[in-house]
This record gives sequence, structure tokens and C-alpha cells, in this order.
Amino acid sequence: MQAEREVRLMQGNEACAEGAIAAGVRFFAGYPITPSNEIANIMSHRLPEVGGKFIQMEDEIGSIAAVIGASLTGLKAMDATSGPGFSLKMESLGLAYMVEVPLVLVNVQRVGPSIGMATSPAQGDVMQARYGSHGDYASIVISPSSVQDMFDLTVKAVDLSERFRVPVILLADQVIGHMREKVELLSYDEIKTSYRPEPTVPPEEYLPYKGDERGVPPMAKFGTPYHWYANSSSHNEDSFQATSDYAISRKLIERLTYKIEKNKEAIIEVREEFLEDAEIVVVAYGCTARPARGAVLRARSEGIKAGFLRPIVLWPVPEEEIRKAADTAKAIIVPEMNMGQYAHPVREACWGRAEVFSLPKVGGEPFSSGEILAKIREIEVGA
Amino acid sequence: MPKEASLSQLVNKYFYTHQFPTMWCPGCGNGTVAMAMVRAIDRLGLDFDKVIHVAGIGCACVAHWYTTFTALQTAHGRALAGATGIKLANPELTVVVTLGDGDCAAIGGNHLIHACRRNIDLTAIVYNNFNYGMTGGQVGPTTPLGAIASTAPEGNLEPPFDLCKLAEAAGATYVARGAVYYVRELINLIERGIKHKGFSFIDVLTPCPTVFGRRNKLGTPGQMFKAQQQSTVSVKKAQQMSLEELQGKWLRGVLVEKEAPEFTEEYNKLIARVQKRTK
Repeated sequence: MQAEREVRLMQGNEACAEGAIAAGVRFFAGYPITPSNEIANIMSHRLPEVGGKFIQMEDEIGSIAAVIGASLTGLKAMDATSGPGFSLKMESLGLAYMVEVPLVLVNVQRVGPSIGMATSPAQGDVMQARYGSHGDYASIVISPSSVQDMFDLTVKAVDLSERFRVPVILLADQVIGHMREKVELLSYDEIKTSYRPEPTVPPEEYLPYKGDERGVPPMAKFGTPYHWYANSSSHNEDSFQATSDYAISRKLIERLTYKIEKNKEAIIEVREEFLEDAEIVVVAYGCTARPARGAVLRARSEGIKAGFLRPIVLWPVPEEEIRKAADTAKAIIVPEMNMGQYAHPVREACWGRAEVFSLPKVGGEPFSSGEILAKIREIEVGA
Repeated sequence: MPKEASLSQLVNKYFYTHQFPTMWCPGCGNGTVAMAMVRAIDRLGLDFDKVIHVAGIGCACVAHWYTTFTALQTAHGRALAGATGIKLANPELTVVVTLGDGDCAAIGGNHLIHACRRNIDLTAIVYNNFNYGMTGGQVGPTTPLGAIASTAPEGNLEPPFDLCKLAEAAGATYVARGAVYYVRELINLIERGIKHKGFSFIDVLTPCPTVFGRRNKLGTPGQMFKAQQQSTVSVKKAQQMSLEELQGKWLRGVLVEKEAPEFTEEYNKLIARVQKRTK
């Protein structure tokens, strides 16, 4: 029997905040920015209700730094922002990858570059979410397409960040953050999320940067007999400084990358429809996945063999799933609210198998299904 | 049992000696500041597991490479923000933050003034050596007017901060200045700062003979240490001195010490209030 679900009308940002509470997030630091404000507003009154802590920091950099500090003490911690703040956080986000601090960073995307359009949606931060901080690392980036997703995928983001001891980015957009939809919620008591692996050896044998079989090291809470050094410099397995040792640095960077890339089967999630016989596949994510699916349904009703593939996890890239779709399809269309960013990894994944058409749209106006359908028809006729 | 731990007892308990020698140059004052911090912590008899050492980036921020406390090295300038997250998340922890003058007052200046204003129970120890030592002696927010720096070859044109006045104006409830020549006093100032409930700010004058001293012809490390006899004056002695006599001298000692609501305690009260209401 299915567990009972409460039906509610919620806003996307509200669902994100509630998902965080349900997932056990007990610390939030943030700074005012549109269009993510509601998340901080709601966390400021919801967290004390459940014994958690909220702080509005003096700037965007301070809020990610505080979230890192809080996570080190053992709390599940979150921060939320939009483009300008996302850029400001990049240095400390990189520190969280290096020091391996679980946290969730929500980016409700708006139009850029720079201040851009604070109240209009975009998907321009897809590459920044993967590569925004300097140096090499691997990230997990999740893309919600509905208010229900804002709840469910915030829970997933918390779970993955704890399992892999890594920051996870929930890459939402203004449409999904501000729209209101019906959601069905499980009782929060029934929502279970992972907690970071903790050391099982005595304190004197603890190696804070020695990965397990997946490459994920155990993490002791600050303030316990496990004294350790959360070191943002290049470091050895014992956490001591190793800033002149090439072999140690190489091993560290490879582990930070492979702990995500080599475990991607446990991370990636896609939604696939009509792919069995699809000749034209639309790969879309976030708010654009909605009109994209609509376009595929309309194409099908016209007799065009169209398919739909939605990467729910954008990074790591679901290369196998895209490749499989490309094996049967002759064309892949990637509509996105940027100048063509995710089209790049999609093209790389289906190299030589199917032609990839980037369908960019910028300026803040979301796609209509008609625009995407027009591209499907154009390719169908062209073929 | 002697009242005070011996130097070797301190070193063995609080330092990873296999990490020695330290990266500090011969004659640098920073090791003295680090030892003063460790002695102050030892005197307070704190639970060793619950002392967290947070540092930014720079010559001031390397003591934690050698100390046995659990530590976080943040990005340059972000130590106080990281420490704020640690302290708010777990107020049982004693959080000691070591900063450099550029780290705390230039790139981290915003976090400094807001940590003061918030009156969160952190102890910030600033190793103030008047320049960016680690990167070769660039001009910074505490470099004296006219002093030579690698990026001020004609002498510094920008008036420096008095960090203690800045901290006081921003609302810090404990503000003190120490100098490495007066090490016993420095230990007391740090001890009192850690004990103080609220934001404690301790500006420590520490010579950088290798870059700042050499460039400005300030003599040997010994001479630079001794010069603090002339360049500083205790708060007590200053009371007997005229304004003319105090001109150009740094005041040493406790400059501000007052009680005010502490942020993490206030937050815990807020939680209790909200939970009572929503029960």
C-alpha cells in the first residue's frame, strides 16, 4: 500500500525550503537576492521551529563560508542564491570541493550576464555550475522542472551531498522557483536521507582524506576527539600540507574527480519518453523541459517520431542514456535558455551517432512548445 | 606540578613536532603569537577536543599547520565567516580565529565589521605586521604612511587603519592590543579575550624583519622587537602622559571590555521562544 500523501498548493521556492527541512537541513546561511529570496525567508522561520539555525550573512561569500563551517560541525547545511551571488560564491564553493564538505547550494537562475534581469528566468549558469571554480574537481548538479521537483530534488541533493561528501548544486530557474503547483508530500518522518560516512577507527588512526572504495573519505564532526584539519591547500591523506609534492596533489585531484565520475550510475537520473522508435530526440532540462515535452507530444500527434529525454541530473552527464538515444535517432535537439551550453556535452556524448542541433533562446522569455515543435518539423522536413 | 606548563609540555601537547620547522622566517614574531595563544588556551583548561582553530590565508594563518587543534583553513579573508558558521551551528565550541592584517582588514574587512557588530563569541587574533609578508611585502591596510612596500616603492600614500578603533566602532565587546615584545601581557590579553563572552578582537603587533623590516631599514629582528618599547605604551602608563607624548604610539592592553547580548545565546533563546509558541 502506498503511503498517504498530503496534497498542497506550493510555490517552487517554498517547496525547496520544505524539502530541505524534510531532508534534515538544520543550518541555512544566505544573503538577499532575487529570485531566490523566498527560500531564505521561509528558512528563517522554519529552522528555529525544528531547532535549526538561520543566519543572514553580510554578503554572499560570507553565507557560503558560514555554511561550510556549520557543515563541519555535523549539521546538514544549505545556501540559496541567484546568478550574481553564485559568481561571488565560486571561490569558497571550490574550497568545499577541496575540503570535501557536504552542502547544498541552490541557484534560482535569472538572466545574466552581470545584474541582467533579476525577475526573468534563464539557464545561463549550466557551465558555471560545473566549471565555475578554479582548478579541477567534479560536481553534482540537479535540475528541477516542477514544484514537486523542487521538493523531491532538494531531498535528493541533500542525500547525494552527504553520501559523496561533496557540495551539490540545485540549479533551478525563476520559472520553477516562482510558479505555484500542486504537490503531494509524504510525511517528513518517512523521508530518509543519508548522513556522511563517519570514522570507525580510533582517533589516532583517523585519516580524514583517505577515500573508501568509492573514493569518499569518512568525516568526523568538529568538536570530537577526532582532531583533523579541513585543509584548503593541497593535502595528504592525513590532511597535512603537501604543497610541493606533485604525486600527492595528482592523487588528490584525481580522487576528487573520480569519486563522482566513477560513481555516476548511483547519481544520474533521467526521464525518458517515446525513445524506443524516436528519430528526433529533444534533450531538455529545467523549465525548458516542460514546453519541450509538450512539443514532443504535439509532434507525435502529427505522426513525427519524436522522443523526449530529460537529464534530471545535469552533471555528471548521463552520457550512456544520451548515446543510446542517439543510436536510434538521427537528430538531437537541445533547447535551452542560454546561447547553447548543455548542447556541448550532449554533442560530445553522441559524437558521430546523431546530429545535434542547439536551439538557444536568451532574453528572459521562456520557450513555447510551438517554438520547439517548429524546430522538430524543420528537421523532419529537412530529412 | 608547576602552575604553568613548561615549554616542552606545551609543545608536545599542542604541536605536531614532525611538521617542524615552521615556515616562518628567522626573527619573525609570528611564532611568539602562536605560543602565546597556545599558553592562553592551556591556562584556561579548556576541553582540548572542543577548541576549533580557524584561519585565513597568509603568514599569520599557518599556526594551524602545526597545532593539534581541529582546524579549518578558509579562503583568504573568509576565516571569520567560516568561524561564524561553526560557532552558530555548535555554540559549545571555543572558536579561535587567526588572521593577518590584510586578511582581516582588506579582503576580509566586511566579515570583520559584521562579526564585531553581531557580537558572536569568537576570539580573533590579528597578526599585524604592517604588510603582506607571504607574497613578498605588498602594501596593506595597516602599512604606515610613507613606508616602503613592494607595491609602494615610493612610500605608502594611503592612511592606515587603527584596527582596534575600527573594531570598537563596529561594536566589538572586547578589544585589546598586544605586542610580541611584551609576551606575558600578550598571553593575558588572549586569555581574557577567549574568556570574554562576545566578540573579542586582539590586534598583535609582530615584526616582519625579512620583508617589511629590510625594505624600511628597521634593523635586526632583535632591534625590531625592542623598538616596540618605544612604539607602544601601556594603557595604564598612557594615563599619566600628555597627548603630545602619546603622539605616534600604539596603546597596549585592554581597550574595550563590556557586556552585551551574545549572538548564539540570543539565537538559542529565539529557538526556545518559537518552539514554545508552535507547540
